[in-house]
Amino acid sequence: MDFRLNEEQQMLQDTVARLVRGEYSFEKRLEFSETDAGFSEDFWKQLGELGLTAVPFSEELGGFGGGGVEVQSVMTELGKGLCLEPYLQSVILAGGLIGQSGNDSQKEQWLAGIAAGELKAAVGLQEPQSFYSLNDVETRAEKNGEGYVLNGRKAVVIGGQCADLILVSARTAGSSRDSDGISLFAISPETAGVERRVYPTIDGSKGCDITLTNVQVGADALLGNEGQASNAIEYQTGRAIAALCAEAVGVMEVANELTLDYLKQRKQFGVPIGKFQVLQHRMVDMMSELEQARSMAILAASVADEEQSDERRRILAAAKNVIGRSGQFISEKGIQSHGGIGMTWEYNFAHYAKRLVMINHQLGDDDFHLERYATLLQAS
Amino acid sequence: MNMNYTAEELAFRDEVRAFLDEKLPADIAAKVKGFRRLSKQDHQRWQKILTEQGWYATHWPEEYGGVKWTPVQKHIWDEESCRYGVPRSIPFGVNMVAPVIIKFGNEEQKQQYLPRILSGEDWWCQGYSEPGAGSDLASLKTRAVRDGDHYIVNGQKTWTTLGQHANMIFCLVRTNTEVKAQEGISFLLIDMNTPGITVRPIITLDGEHEVNEVFFEDVKVPVENLVGEEDKGWTYAKYLLTYERTGLAGIGLSKAALSHLKQLASRRLKNGRPLIEDPAFSQRISQVEIDLTAAAISNLRIIASVEGGGVPGAESSMLKVKGTEIRQAINDLARRALGPYALPFVEEELDLSYEGEFLSDENAAPLSAQYFNNRKLSIFGGSNEIQKNIVSKMILGL
Repeated sequence: MDFRLNEEQQMLQDTVARLVRGEYSFEKRLEFSETDAGFSEDFWKQLGELGLTAVPFSEELGGFGGGGVEVQSVMTELGKGLCLEPYLQSVILAGGLIGQSGNDSQKEQWLAGIAAGELKAAVGLQEPQSFYSLNDVETRAEKNGEGYVLNGRKAVVIGGQCADLILVSARTAGSSRDSDGISLFAISPETAGVERRVYPTIDGSKGCDITLTNVQVGADALLGNEGQASNAIEYQTGRAIAALCAEAVGVMEVANELTLDYLKQRKQFGVPIGKFQVLQHRMVDMMSELEQARSMAILAASVADEEQSDERRRILAAAKNVIGRSGQFISEKGIQSHGGIGMTWEYNFAHYAKRLVMINHQLGDDDFHLERYATLLQAS
Repeated sequence: MNMNYTAEELAFRDEVRAFLDEKLPADIAAKVKGFRRLSKQDHQRWQKILTEQGWYATHWPEEYGGVKWTPVQKHIWDEESCRYGVPRSIPFGVNMVAPVIIKFGNEEQKQQYLPRILSGEDWWCQGYSEPGAGSDLASLKTRAVRDGDHYIVNGQKTWTTLGQHANMIFCLVRTNTEVKAQEGISFLLIDMNTPGITVRPIITLDGEHEVNEVFFEDVKVPVENLVGEEDKGWTYAKYLLTYERTGLAGIGLSKAALSHLKQLASRRLKNGRPLIEDPAFSQRISQVEIDLTAAAISNLRIIASVEGGGVPGAESSMLKVKGTEIRQAINDLARRALGPYALPFVEEELDLSYEGEFLSDENAAPLSAQYFNNRKLSIFGGSNEIQKNIVSKMILGL
């Protein structure tokens, strides 16, 4: 048994760490966040040039053939810098969906671009009524000649504001919330009838809601078999959950370092406040939460690219549940330990705190995954 | 044992309701109920209505224009005003500096400042915390040195709530460095327009400008602006803090926020059904409602004891901790109820005159920001850690 990274994995992680340290200061991040894209195009380009956007892809696509652990190494470092680039959306989710469901010509058309960081893709799987359920799909795709006509709305598509390609789930059969009858389409945001309402997110990123009104696409927009996308969607969301957990661990690490530093530096009543037992114990709890989260992120990474099974489903639900709770705990207790200063825009801690709470709102919160876990438990 | 209002108290409640039905401006109430930003003008407009009714200064003796309400009446007012969406009184003038001036100030100060607080001419802010003096307030360093008829003030205050609107600030300043920290502090009233004062905004994590830093550079303050005696300011500050602590539990506000949460949860969907029907979510709401019920009764017990002539002591500290935790739990649930829509921060929807389509829910826009903003509840007014210290010392004798 050995939990250490191998030499290659360590080199990968060091590369990302160096890049983030050099390019992603807190001040720069605030600037990136304010741009129309909502992230640094330049940093994204560098991720591409260094082959980091290709990490999970096969070697013939210029990739690394990386699995869960390699992705984890990248995501944790991106988390430490609170990086805003659409790595999760484009590389992990969209890349994964096309890789799993796409036919040869679709893969050829899009995957190399995604792996090189030249094509940015986003994924619209949620809807206004869906909460976190991936099967609650009301967007309809009707067959029309050779192609399809799409109508509906996709909610909170992070990175959708600047994506070159958007993958959306739409119902070709069945009724709302059936897992059968869901299809996946790749559409260009420039297609007539695609309307994006772009907004900033409270944690400094950008996203959009996408309304589809009589959007005509060809048969070549369909990814995988008609009506059978739910397995791929579930599987790839699982990979994304593992990646998001890894990001969260990076965010938590920095949040805890900042809080610990503050406890050592800040003096009240003539001593560093870290001398007060109530704050010591709280800091210990925050560290324990981080370690719980780290363990689950490792476990999630280890099953991310395994074949689908109830065991994999359970582990990923468990991991996201732990990450959601640990993240909120570290965020809230970290703010409390800092006092007012932990709530100010000018101090980086507040931005780590916000990201941690918002990670809980991506790909299902701790309640959602607890329920999912319990359902799997009852079924076994 | 009797937990019911008397006939007089019920009549008072009817009077309060009739007044609010008639006089509370609908646009202001809508902002409060929807957790929207209130402008300085909104606060001033409502204060004028309250003053005309004679209900603005509920902590003052009648001779200065106050209204003599019993603790139960104050409680009824608090309950009803939260339910109706009355803006929270900006406490710094009417409920903080005024009681200090009334108790420790001289006649001239009373004549000069109290009417201006009632009329809304003066907007006060509080100069207590400093970058190096938070929970350890007595370690404050802002210096006031006597020079003839003036004090020369140098230093910095922070977390000054709504200081950007204020024309007056009451400050704790150090006038004596030779004695124990608590014994060298004085209570000064300072005109914000005096040369040498700079106000700098502190933007909080939700993007709001609510608090400020206030810098003092050779600020000349007339000696007649000293309240009470030199070096006795700590006593006055502590007196003021007892006023600050009452009401910090925010029971009425939590009730309003809970009712808002229930409405929200009945509009949001999960698996095609209203979220409030989801077993797990409805249990979460139920749990916080149960805790709130308990805290509300604890609050009534304190009120009844004060009504009977008691002094609220460390019990209010306990209630501050519970009350703020409950309110934060409600904010947490409201954010959770939005699901993925907790992420978008659609600022234009914060404006009540917004006429576009709402991204998710008419009341979604402020909720994540409010969750983050209200982390302050367990920090300000004496952090919850400090409140627990008070309880363990005063009640438990530890």
